[in-house]
Amino acid sequence: MRGFSYERPARLAEAVALLQEKGPEASVLAGGTDLIIRLRDGTLTPAVVVDIKRVEELRPGIREERDRLVIGATTVMTDIAAHPLVRRQFSALAEAAAVVGAVQIRNRATLAGNLCNASPAADTAPPLLVYGAELVIEGPGGTRRLSLDDFFVRSGVTTLQRGELVTAVELPMRKRRMGSVHLRRTRRRGHDLASVTLCCGVDAAGVTRLAYGSVGRRPLLRQDETGVLADREAREASRSALLEQMFAQASPSQKSMRAGPDYRLAMLRVLGWRALQTAIDRLKQG
Amino acid sequence: MSETLSITMTVNGRRRTVDVEVHHTLLDVLRDDLQLTGTKECCLVGECGACTVMLNGRTVDSCLVLAVEADGGEITTVEGLSQGGDLSALQRAFLEKGAVQCGFCTPGQLISAHALLKENPHPSVPEIQEALAGNLCRCACYEQLTDAVLAAAEEQGK
Repeated sequence: MRGFSYERPARLAEAVALLQEKGPEASVLAGGTDLIIRLRDGTLTPAVVVDIKRVEELRPGIREERDRLVIGATTVMTDIAAHPLVRRQFSALAEAAAVVGAVQIRNRATLAGNLCNASPAADTAPPLLVYGAELVIEGPGGTRRLSLDDFFVRSGVTTLQRGELVTAVELPMRKRRMGSVHLRRTRRRGHDLASVTLCCGVDAAGVTRLAYGSVGRRPLLRQDETGVLADREAREASRSALLEQMFAQASPSQKSMRAGPDYRLAMLRVLGWRALQTAIDRLKQG
Repeated sequence: MSETLSITMTVNGRRRTVDVEVHHTLLDVLRDDLQLTGTKECCLVGECGACTVMLNGRTVDSCLVLAVEADGGEITTVEGLSQGGDLSALQRAFLEKGAVQCGFCTPGQLISAHALLKENPHPSVPEIQEALAGNLCRCACYEQLTDAVLAAAEEQGK
């Protein structure tokens, strides 16, 4: 691994100042499960690595705050998957966190890291999109909030500006009941990234939200407000047509070694239908 | 460019202070600076689990942790499992059930299994498989590994 200098700021303001000063010369280190691989293979050669795990304001944790659930940026997958409130209120997020890598990875990989890497295959992205997650971002200009849907640009690229850090992910507590599920397709559990990763949520008003990744440049969110997708009694042809529309923007890479584009598109439909059925079942079960 | 930092860790119950290169991993430091070569280096991308150690009570791939990140931390490696020179019940079960073939993945498997049993003393077969999913065995001893963990759990329960 090529040398770099190492900083571990104790306060958020120091971290922001460092990132502002160093710009693209700096890499943020949270869990390191992606970063260290890239430092070792030389695809990233930062002058400075900024370890944010000792920043007081960025201690990991999940807390309820008024009408939202706030997940600290450095909270790891193991803790998200096990958290009672996440499991109860945002079950698809718990399911997604539980299938990221294997135990050793989940003990290290952070929620903000999963999002900031902006991998199209990030498993936590589809549920967070379905649940309408917002990112809390701290930067030289202060704090701002951004919908996760406005965060992803393409693989490895987000709308995060120089000097900015994601400090938390906020999930609005739902006013309407929602049934939701996360499903993924992978070659081997415990290691491989998803060939398709998908989340479906159906709420009590009949709105269906579907988010999916690993089939294009970034995870996508689509919504059906007609109530037809959520209605098992509706004509199958109508529901199929709606589902097709929701997948219209999927365009898997031709070059990926993980799965061919035809396979991914076929699996996207299979998982889409399955997730829709499960989400409706879960909504009914309450 | 290279930079060093003095770090202190508790490794297998013993306090160690080491000057480390900031770009060296915990794996590098355990093996090369502390001569704890039980922990193996293999895939270096966090897939095989040969370098698994416990850091602050949880398993990690030590190839994906910078040594400086472990500053102040508590580490258990395979060398820390035996008690007073005697193999632990888990280690004995590995031998008895034939879960050790070439042995290269064994230190990582042991640490993952040890962490599982600490948290869940009576795991089911699917729970064992999930807990060991991050540890590959080229000799394909997966059945024997599961048997060994079940046997160790039973032994500990006595």
